[in-house]
Amino acid sequence: MKICISACGKDPDSEVDPQFGRCNYFVIIDPDIGSVTSIKNPGSEASGGAGIRAAEAIAGAGVNTLLTGSVGPNSFSILSEAGIETCSGIRGTVAFALREYQAGKLAVLESPNASTHSGIKKS
Amino acid sequence: MPVPKTPVQNTITITDDCFLSLCTGGKAQLMKIAIASGKGGTGKTTVAVNLALAIEEVQLFDCDVEEPNCNLFLEFELEPVEEVICLVPEINPDMCTLCRNCSSFCKYNALAALPNKILSFPALCHGCGGCSFVCLAGALKEKPRPIGMIEKASPESSLTFICGTLNIGEAMATPVIRSLQRHIDENRPVIFDSPPGTACPVLSVMGYADYCVLVTESTPFGFHDFLLALEAARALKVPVGVVLNRDGLGDSRVEEFCRAEGIPILLRIPNDKMIARLYSEGTPFVKEMPEWKKKFEDMFETIKALACKNTGV
Ligand code: SF4
Ligand code: SF4
Repeated sequence: MKICISACGKDPDSEVDPQFGRCNYFVIIDPDIGSVTSIKNPGSEASGGAGIRAAEAIAGAGVNTLLTGSVGPNSFSILSEAGIETCSGIRGTVAFALREYQAGKLAVLESPNASTHSGIKKS
Repeated sequence: MPVPKTPVQNTITITDDCFLSLCTGGKAQLMKIAIASGKGGTGKTTVAVNLALAIEEVQLFDCDVEEPNCNLFLEFELEPVEEVICLVPEINPDMCTLCRNCSSFCKYNALAALPNKILSFPALCHGCGGCSFVCLAGALKEKPRPIGMIEKASPESSLTFICGTLNIGEAMATPVIRSLQRHIDENRPVIFDSPPGTACPVLSVMGYADYCVLVTESTPFGFHDFLLALEAARALKVPVGVVLNRDGLGDSRVEEFCRAEGIPILLRIPNDKMIARLYSEGTPFVKEMPEWKKKFEDMFETIKALACKNTGV
């Protein structure tokens, strides 16, 4: 089972980034086979529709579960269409977020918890 | 400055002609003036409405399509002119080969490729038509989606007034503004009530104007927003003048800045009880205070003269 965590860096000890669409990296961990990979979030540089590119990328990577903070309506519709379970409330490092998830401490998102554009960086 | 400092080679005569026609004849009469401000609530709409009412034969365009409120003051009867539509893609899943041409083409990220289907997000689509062009399988069709409305004041109104409204929940103000601009009568001066801020929609209004009036208050926040709007106008090379609203409140920082930068202060609207009362009642103050009609007329004449002077720069 592939678990994806939105993060600032590429490694299990990177800080998580709760902004799904705008985070720099997705760290993808498969605890069953003990693999850790990462992909750059194509949404981090998009001017608009960042969440869409982000969700598209992790759907393409065959992720089963996403651990993050805030997810807007557009991303959410892609994630649910792709059958990806999304949990929110991550904090600390990637490894810590994974442990919290495995301990059942992260809530499954039933609906988007952010508005469109909420992740746009103010210049 | 009548002649450009560094005349462009070969085009100097044309530049001169343009300048002359602007100053001597018709063209100066056909000015397009954008009334803008770095943020909402500075009195931008008040200035636009009062200026339009003071000058005869002018056309007023409410381009603040996300929150058009000129007509709160004008109270004209509005008639629909056209519905603004955006052509968005519709995907036929039976014909789609999942080649992803469309989603990788769309720079607005309005299409997402999932492993087994393409999802479209019409609210992000700018209607560029590119995706149907790159879909070799012919699985994409364009269908119209209404995003806004253009309305105009009924013919018996005292002023030509045209207003654009973006539908609730829509994000793209610029296409509505573009549609509005197609209704300009090029034989008469135009006043645009711009959207507030400095994003795309504002630029599409300022960029269309010959002169930009920035309405501001001389407070720290007002000054900050004023500088942002000024930067936008300068980037677009539109000459700028300032209207100081609620003059007397706040400090003199806008004024000092303008003096140092050579930006004309076109008008001062004092922090006056009568003006404030009329405003709160939704009455344009030129209607009740005839001395202000003259002040707005003078401001219009000043703008015409200044726009002339600026064409050589
Ligand atoms: S029409 Fe243009 S903006 Fe709209 S989905 Fe197609 S490519 Fe994207
Ligand atoms: S370009 Fe056409 S065929 Fe290719 S994925 Fe898009 S809709 Fe399907």
